[in-house]
Amino acid sequence: MKHLILTTALLLSAPAAFACEAVTVGDLTIQHAWSKATIGADRPAAFYVGITNSGSSDDALVGISTPAAGMSMLHETVVTDGVASMPHAMRVPVPAGQTVQLAPGGYHGMLMVLTAALKEGDRFPVTLTFEKAGEVTTDVDVLPLRSEGPDCADAGQ
Amino acid sequence: MRLRTLQIILWTAAILGTAIFAWARWPAGNPAATETFSVFEPSFALADSDGKIRTNAEFRGKFLLVFFGFTNCPDVCPTTLAEVAQVMDNLGPEADKVQPIFISVDPERDRRLGLRAYTEAFHASILGLAGTEAETRAAAQSFKIFYGRQNDAKSPDGYTMSHSSGLFLVGPDGAWLRQFGFGTPAADILSDLQSRF
Repeated sequence: MKHLILTTALLLSAPAAFACEAVTVGDLTIQHAWSKATIGADRPAAFYVGITNSGSSDDALVGISTPAAGMSMLHETVVTDGVASMPHAMRVPVPAGQTVQLAPGGYHGMLMVLTAALKEGDRFPVTLTFEKAGEVTTDVDVLPLRSEGPDCADAGQ
Repeated sequence: MRLRTLQIILWTAAILGTAIFAWARWPAGNPAATETFSVFEPSFALADSDGKIRTNAEFRGKFLLVFFGFTNCPDVCPTTLAEVAQVMDNLGPEADKVQPIFISVDPERDRRLGLRAYTEAFHASILGLAGTEAETRAAAQSFKIFYGRQNDAKSPDGYTMSHSSGLFLVGPDGAWLRQFGFGTPAADILSDLQSRF
């Protein structure tokens, strides 16, 4: 009975706070992983996350993968003279002592060939691969299409 | 002597080349110039998701918020359309003074993927238009904006699009008013619109 209450409490408290939880690998803290809901499964989704490097040596995000998509790549939205393009980013630098945000209008993961449409409230795992720290898996919250990011007390949103 | 003649020819060619390059680049390199001194009326004639041709003329009397994009775009387009949706909600009863329009720069694929489902997911008021290649080119030229296709083997269907990412405001008289650069907060767009009513 006690277990049941505990489990229920955990299940109820999880949805709102999940994207706000952090996972760590080495000196890196990965937080605020989210995606926007997609319109159907035929269009790519974007993946956003915050990465803090509290160590003394630079690292870099070099790849992402998820069972939710057939192909995942890192991209950077670049606006030059008012024209937006989205070149493939080979690596996203995560300098020592800094926090890097994959966020709308900048670096983002592009999830292609989705296995299913991403619906608000869904959650799926993404594995991030870093040059030095190696691999770490985080859960990603699917937020509404019009969301600008997870609403975490410590996120400065 | 022959060397001197060659020098003259080469110098002439270099100067001429520079002049042609500068002339060709001039309008693109000076987007601010076109905004300040020329009043122009952007125009379009493009099919909506029912296949009906819609033109700029039918929207006289309304402000137009026009965005050029493509529905396969995961970052810039949803971000901007979400802002447009927020603006339309916040306009309240004045929303009928503004018509938001999404013009596809990737019309063939967007018609296939479904234009209406896409625009309606953001806001019911957004009108999605997808013309032919030539009609789209003409609309983009009239707004003085750029779009292009990049082949990229790793993108869906082997290509992606680059496009002007601004949100363009056209007045009730049909004249171009201004652009809101990518990332302009919905609150700023809203207050700009409200100051014009």
